[in-house]
Amino acid sequence: MNRLLGKLNRLIIASIILIAGVTAERTGLIEYLSDPYEYPVLFELFLQHLYIVTVSMTFATIIGIVAGIILTRQRFRRYAGVCMYIIGLGQTIPSLAVLALAMSFLGIGTRPAIFALTIYSILPIARNTLAGITAVPASLIDAGRGMGMPPLRILMEVEIPNAMQVILTGFRVALIINIGTAALSYVIGAGGLGDLIFTGISLMQTEKLLAGAIPVTLLALTADFLSELLGLLLVSKGLRLSD
Amino acid sequence: MLDNSAQVFFLSWEHIWIVGLSLLIATPIGVPLGILITRHEQFASRVLGGANILMTVPSIALFGLMLPILSVFDMGLGKVPAVIALVLYSQLPIIRNTYTAIRNVPPSLVDAARGMGMDKWKRLREVEIPLATPVIIAGLRTAAVMNIGIAAIAAYIGSGGLGVYIQQGIERVYPEMILSGAILVSILAVIVDGAMAALEKAVTPEGIKVQRRLMR
Repeated sequence: MNRLLGKLNRLIIASIILIAGVTAERTGLIEYLSDPYEYPVLFELFLQHLYIVTVSMTFATIIGIVAGIILTRQRFRRYAGVCMYIIGLGQTIPSLAVLALAMSFLGIGTRPAIFALTIYSILPIARNTLAGITAVPASLIDAGRGMGMPPLRILMEVEIPNAMQVILTGFRVALIINIGTAALSYVIGAGGLGDLIFTGISLMQTEKLLAGAIPVTLLALTADFLSELLGLLLVSKGLRLSD
Repeated sequence: MLDNSAQVFFLSWEHIWIVGLSLLIATPIGVPLGILITRHEQFASRVLGGANILMTVPSIALFGLMLPILSVFDMGLGKVPAVIALVLYSQLPIIRNTYTAIRNVPPSLVDAARGMGMDKWKRLREVEIPLATPVIIAGLRTAAVMNIGIAAIAAYIGSGGLGVYIQQGIERVYPEMILSGAILVSILAVIVDGAMAALEKAVTPEGIKVQRRLMR
């Protein structure tokens, strides 16, 4: 039974690839991609997309984690509830609205897009850092203190490693949203792969559309997979076993 | 904005309509699926993984990927692909919350129900589902808020809704229009979030509330 299911799975995957190939040929995607004047454009847009995502994610990760850590310190802990609430409210605001607001205040171009993406990506990262560190069992922190660790070492060696799984989930969510929103940032003039998608939709050029949509999807799926791998690297083995 | 109050009203209504319809379709798919995978654990990771992959696909790319397929039936643009995409995106929060909620029903309660002579269906209907409802509603809440945002993007494939203001405002470089679109969509999302939170509270069984108060 299991072997049969395995074979069925392989059959389904093979047929999906086959159908995808036929569709690609039919819609002229292959012709479009092998056009010597078109694929450098695609490549350039891809790099542009990657650039927007990388820059905004770098800022967002640093700011988000630092903000999350600061909010869990004794002195600022009482603001944590309020900040959680504000973050929750911010996350309900749709991504397109955030981009549109950034554009109406900062104008068009890559910079407003990066700004909007950074702000939008900080939210899940900060939220999860806050939640992760708060959830570290008090007994562990106490044990650290009992071993004579100063607060900074408790943070670096007890709190952050224990919260790593949750922080990484936040990072992953932010990264996926970021890649999707970066595709939208074409509408405020930031370029990226959204360029091909939107142009394809308005001109009803299927090959152009697919040349944009497929790489964005693959990029998001790859990012999702890579952040899962990152989890294997960064989360300590003992914690993974306890799941 | 006040001059166009009729249009604002119409577009908001259209927006709510798209999101509401997609949730109405998504719930009868997602909730039974979530319950089903608590009964057949071996499919759980696969179903959740599949829904997770769907969620990973960026919304504008999903619209793009569906366009050539749906245009075979002459429905590539407009409300149909928008609603399909929203239904697909809603699956992950709905299935995941149903699954965890049903699994977290204390086994002692299910056992007690069995001891009272309830059969499988009755246990599900009278014990497990009522106890899981708040968490399932929380999943619907996540889905609803997310869908309001994606429905705004769907204006680019001609589905209407408040995204039209953002889209046209950007194209015409008309900041007031962009602002009103962005603000209206955000307000709509915040209101729906609040309303669903209230609903979540309202459907929590009295017993659980007492239990929670005692836990504190």
